[in-house]
Amino acid sequence: MYPRETEGTVLQVEDLRITYETRGGDVKAVRDVSFEVYEGESFGLVGESGCGKSTAAFALMGYLSRNARVDGGRVWFRGENILDKTDSELREIRGNKLAMIYQDPMCSLNPSFRIGNQLREVLSTHMELPSEEAYDRCLNMLDKVQIPDAARVMERYPHQLSGGQLQRIVIAMALLCNPALLVMDEPTTGLDVTVEAAVLDLIRDLREKFDSAIVYISHDLSVVARVCDRVGVMYAGELVETATVHDIFLNPLHPYTRGLMRCVPGFDIDKYAVSLSSIPGRVPSPSALPRGCVFKPRCEFAVDECGKEPPRLRTLEDGRTVRCLRWQAVADAETCAIEGTQQPGTCAAPDDTGPVLKVTDLKSYYRQDPTWIGRVLGKKTKCVRAVDQVSLALQSHAVLGIVGESGCGKSTLAKTIAGLVAPTDGHIEFLDVDVTQPVEKRPPEILEELRMVFQNPNSTLNPMQDVKEIIGRPLKLSGVVPRSEIQGEIRRWLKAVNLDESYVDRRPRQMSGGEKQRIAIARAFASRPELVICDEPVSSLDVSVRSSVLEALLYIQSSHGTSLVYISHDLSIVHYLCDHVLVMYLGKICEAGSCGAIFRPPYHPYTEALLSAVPVPDPTVKRSPIHLEGPVPSALNPPQGCRFHTRCPRKVGRICEEEEPPVQVAGGGHTIACHIPLDELRGIAPITMGRGSKA
Amino acid sequence: MADWPGTDKAPHGSGNPQEPRPSRFVHRVLDRWRAFRRGKAAYLLESGVAKAGIGIVLFWVITAILAPVLAPYGPNDITGAFKAPPSSAHIMGTDLLGRDVFSRLLYGSRPILVLAPLSVLCAVAAGIVLGLASGYFGGRVDDVIMRLLDAVMAFPTLLLYMIIIAAVGASAFNVIVAIAFGGTPGIARVVRSLVLDVRNREFVQAARLRGESPLYVMFREILPNCLGPVVVDACLRIGYAAFSIGTLGFLGLGLPPPNPDWGRMVAEGRQHLTTAPWIVLFPSLAISTLVVGLNLFADGVNESAHRL
Repeated sequence: MYPRETEGTVLQVEDLRITYETRGGDVKAVRDVSFEVYEGESFGLVGESGCGKSTAAFALMGYLSRNARVDGGRVWFRGENILDKTDSELREIRGNKLAMIYQDPMCSLNPSFRIGNQLREVLSTHMELPSEEAYDRCLNMLDKVQIPDAARVMERYPHQLSGGQLQRIVIAMALLCNPALLVMDEPTTGLDVTVEAAVLDLIRDLREKFDSAIVYISHDLSVVARVCDRVGVMYAGELVETATVHDIFLNPLHPYTRGLMRCVPGFDIDKYAVSLSSIPGRVPSPSALPRGCVFKPRCEFAVDECGKEPPRLRTLEDGRTVRCLRWQAVADAETCAIEGTQQPGTCAAPDDTGPVLKVTDLKSYYRQDPTWIGRVLGKKTKCVRAVDQVSLALQSHAVLGIVGESGCGKSTLAKTIAGLVAPTDGHIEFLDVDVTQPVEKRPPEILEELRMVFQNPNSTLNPMQDVKEIIGRPLKLSGVVPRSEIQGEIRRWLKAVNLDESYVDRRPRQMSGGEKQRIAIARAFASRPELVICDEPVSSLDVSVRSSVLEALLYIQSSHGTSLVYISHDLSIVHYLCDHVLVMYLGKICEAGSCGAIFRPPYHPYTEALLSAVPVPDPTVKRSPIHLEGPVPSALNPPQGCRFHTRCPRKVGRICEEEEPPVQVAGGGHTIACHIPLDELRGIAPITMGRGSKA
Repeated sequence: MADWPGTDKAPHGSGNPQEPRPSRFVHRVLDRWRAFRRGKAAYLLESGVAKAGIGIVLFWVITAILAPVLAPYGPNDITGAFKAPPSSAHIMGTDLLGRDVFSRLLYGSRPILVLAPLSVLCAVAAGIVLGLASGYFGGRVDDVIMRLLDAVMAFPTLLLYMIIIAAVGASAFNVIVAIAFGGTPGIARVVRSLVLDVRNREFVQAARLRGESPLYVMFREILPNCLGPVVVDACLRIGYAAFSIGTLGFLGLGLPPPNPDWGRMVAEGRQHLTTAPWIVLFPSLAISTLVVGLNLFADGVNESAHRL
């Protein structure tokens, strides 16, 4: 058996079928997946979690877990079937001709070896290079992945480097042997937008420098748009569509692809105009697949015929493949433009009844006390200035967004307002009550008016409690409903967050990430608070789940008239959701204003860089993101003058290093803290955000 | 907000038709059973180590319960010649005073099987309270509790037991006190480290925001999430406690005579090891099988706890 003869094919997957043997029976995780990857090409594999993308990727490496069984199919890699190889043959190929990059760089590097040793090991294992030559090649490779000061980085341990740098090192490591194929499993998911943009650009550059083909796995179509030539969309273990990036974005043929693309809120819509769209329902469990087309239960184009037998993968004349009976209908339907197909937004505009929350000159420092030996040696207490002189006001019913890279102090600001962190200085006034103290010392009647929704769905709910207890407890404490009605109220809340009533008896481990966040939202709103602080509630969720959770959040927020503080690094969500936005950098606010004002010039240079880094789900948008040089400085010892000056691409001169920037008022409550005169900032070219950008 | 405008979308997880329920009670019992079969307990029965451990421990538990039925004589009755070798009348022979070793052995399983778990239970209770307080409050509370426990830990365990029992006298209750006292610091440390991990999880922060009292947060939010490792640890400690009780008996610090006590039986017979080895042999075997059984059980629990 030989692969079909095709010139320039690096990888050819034919009818791959993989089953996991579990206690609950066989789970068919990948079914009849076929695709090719050509030399020098990058192929994206997209789908929600649980769609079998990673399983497929591991099969390419011959890396399946012990309970996985290959039921059929072949993976041809340069004319040889990977699945037939023995372990020792695979060891020969892996790392050498086939390399893989994982999601978390911290886990793919050994924390107790120096970077240099780990890099050289690859060369000495696979190429048996002498030590000096290996060293030079590693140094050279680190330069190519744009690591500054490569010689010193070689001597460091992984924990001494930032996430973005580590991911570059992992990429360098994968490229050392010049592999024919590089498999990347969500390599930028855990990174900040700015870092993500830089890594994605690096991957794109490297494609031109090296002739490795890339298989890029992601749940985010806008990331794929940035680095891939062709895309395969996976759903519930099946490949439902393959096409070039352009075709997929301009004219998706499978309803699932279409749904995925509409989940990303573009910069042309906000909550007042349209409601977010999402794909209803969720990925079916591979052990209980629907009859016929697996997507039918969630499909808006489905007809009766779809439920009869599974559609076959048909190849169209232009080489695209699609697994759908109604592809023509999908193609003829309106393109992915948002207009018309969606319900109008149902949000009420904020009142002008005065601020719910007023924060003045808030400081929140974390003390780092020296040990007693340090004290004897004369070391002083150091302070991490997480939040430094922040003032803000939040109107009733309004949504305030706080954006910034990780480490900018946005979470600390939220926790200080909530009272989980004791403020160092300043004032917090909430509902005209002074609450400048930790939550334990606040007046009890104010407690039920403020709640938080947290970031990590896996730790936000107590694993030992069921939904009844989780939502019932705040209801009981606050007494918003009489005790006899608590059970009914819990069910109403489940309905409000769009979950079935049968969830009352579930424990967190029986729910998916998105469902847990819905419960967390219900818990936060259950006592009908005036203010809810959301700390990146959807950042660890899939794109498709993200929009449906946000929809539930927004629906409850607007129907209860709650004020919301929304912390995020995802600017497209902030643009959609928020009325006002604060941009924070190293504990300071650099720009504040209404949502519309923030996303249009005049920009603060930092905002400009953030905006340019946002991946846009549109391959036609070509723009070069502004790269911020170097890491975020330590908040232990923030730079003098303007804190952004060490990385600012528009630095004026010495004044930035010496003087704190003035807060310039651009009208309509829009303020920018920068030395550059407003008129000059107004002249900056707006950043194209794709899909009919306003700007 | 009086009305709840519904969304027209199908809620998540709908379309799972529930099978008709026979009755609420039966359903709950069935649910429990299914949860048990699916849960960690089911793994316990899959593991050979755990099965062997459970078998040995069950053997001794049944022996202890049925001692009056199985024993041919009373534990303190003088029923034959001194140091008589095993015979049909005395299958394990007799001791120095002519008491039946077999009968004493059977009765001797009772105190050890009651005292060992009871003392560990006391140690776990004390350890949980101290560990929770120290981990949750931190700062000065933590310093004081931990330094006091360190002071207790600084003593060799056996020395600690001897000091306590010498001070308060030998009795069943004091054996529990001594072993619980010696075990508390270790358990408190385990609990404290678990609390430090759980304390910063987001559901604890959510509880603080609701204005829950520290007691509620400690016992309802944090403790249930720490219990797993503590239970595994406690299982292992029951084996150690059984061994300690044997040791205390051997040193004459266990139950006061003439109560049958395995450790004391070994101590009494040890001078006659060459002439009447059965007096020492059988109680030693009893102690070692029980301890091995308890440890195997603990290993099984540990193993199954790590499988999920």
